[in-house]
Amino acid sequence: MVSANKRDAKLEETSSSSTTKISSFVLLVIFVTIALSLAAIIFAIQAFSTGQEIVAGYLLLIGFLAAALSTYVLFQTRRRMMHLRIKSPPVTTTIECKKCGFKSVREFKRGDYIFKEVEPCQKCNLNMLITAIYREVKEKKEKTRF
Amino acid sequence: MNELAAATALQNQLMQEPFGEYSWILNLLVYVFFFVFMFYGQKINTYIMLREVEGSLYKLKYIRDEGRKTAVETIKEIGKPETDPTARVNRFLEYFTISPQSLDPAGVVWKLEHILDVRESRFKDEVKLMAPSADETQTNNLENTLEAAMALNYIYKVIRHFYLLGKKTLSLYIIMQIQMILPLVMREAEAYASALKAFAYGQPIGDGAGALVAAKLMHGQPMRKIPKDCVVATVPLEGRIAYVIKAEGPGGNVGKPGDATKTVIEENKGKIAAVIMVDAALKLEGEAVGEVAEGVGAAIGGPGVDQFKIEETILKYRIPINAVVIKEDIGDAVSPMRKEIFDSVDTAIERIKQVILEKTKEGDKVIIAGAGNTIGIS
Repeated sequence: MVSANKRDAKLEETSSSSTTKISSFVLLVIFVTIALSLAAIIFAIQAFSTGQEIVAGYLLLIGFLAAALSTYVLFQTRRRMMHLRIKSPPVTTTIECKKCGFKSVREFKRGDYIFKEVEPCQKCNLNMLITAIYREVKEKKEKTRF
Repeated sequence: MNELAAATALQNQLMQEPFGEYSWILNLLVYVFFFVFMFYGQKINTYIMLREVEGSLYKLKYIRDEGRKTAVETIKEIGKPETDPTARVNRFLEYFTISPQSLDPAGVVWKLEHILDVRESRFKDEVKLMAPSADETQTNNLENTLEAAMALNYIYKVIRHFYLLGKKTLSLYIIMQIQMILPLVMREAEAYASALKAFAYGQPIGDGAGALVAAKLMHGQPMRKIPKDCVVATVPLEGRIAYVIKAEGPGGNVGKPGDATKTVIEENKGKIAAVIMVDAALKLEGEAVGEVAEGVGAAIGGPGVDQFKIEETILKYRIPINAVVIKEDIGDAVSPMRKEIFDSVDTAIERIKQVILEKTKEGDKVIIAGAGNTIGIS
């Protein structure tokens, strides 16, 4: 039973990490393309020095295009990995003293709930109350005509 | 003019010189491309769509795995089990519920209610086995956490099914139907992922807006438990007697507001001037989060059992029913409560008071039922 549990835990760990890892095949293709594009640029320089300007121009074009494309793909893959994160927004808890109105805001702690009595007030020593728990979202306002 | 002629000459030179007598290769390539796209265009389209679905599937797999990990970690932290709960959690995520047969629809609500009751008690028993040290509130929170993980697992498996089926058959129509709804599916999956964290920590969620309205109204008043998993408080409001109902908190719980409303109406022998229901409602794109709207009818989500019971009871006693809703989208409904929703609770209370003043007389009895998950709200 214990070994089965361990195996399950290991399997889970591997499946999660395999999702977040960039495929080695994709990486290989990207790096081979970058190497070929560099070779094309070197050949272009050689062609230019031997007076074959048009061939040099084409090789240069191919080299730069391939280099740009492979770098773009590499960054896109990295970006996709960055996207694979579950965002947990900061949640704040507001604590209020019902007698003197003293208010304090702190980060949410496990066990907090609205209308829970918490630590005594710093001013009047009466138990304070959690009056609000929420998260603030800063949204970009999309311009629309409707 | 001379510049134009020079540019044309250069262009011709560029086009011809590198190929020269081999320019027919270029022509051939153009024809090959033309015919390939003519005969295999759909297949290429299918592969592009498959790639798109595959990308989303990676993300869904990650979310599902993270969800499972969060559930297991929370159980270990709160429940302090003697053995590793991973295997049990994995088994739990595969649970399914078969909805009752509705070929003969008479009585289907009671059959559905029974199945949902069995499901709930089964879930509770499982959670107690997984987390023996958890108290009632924590058990409810863990149950909700596991349900969110279960939803993520199901979404992943359905998308994977269509992806693999599409890959196997290379049918554009199989892949297309999943590719078209993918943005909505991803939104839902992301919403469940943030719900999972909220449930694990016991934070109030957007769906709890109705419960929060009720909690604010009943705060400081004596409360009593009523069936099932609900509480009621008698609150003097604008010269009327208001029976405020909500699910029992602060654990993740929606209770059975249908049964609770029926109990209060029958306790008062049907002498209730109005029922006002408050709930979170899905907003349409373009509507603001936390917008408060008013209408008539039983504002309550879920499988429909509670709505049915409320409608049956109010029909029996001919009680008018009003609804006040707080608008939010699916992501807001299951993730930690947004400030806009929290702030709109006071607006909703004002609207309730307005409805009471307009629709009832002084001394009347009214029921205010706050529907929704009361997680993080006492």
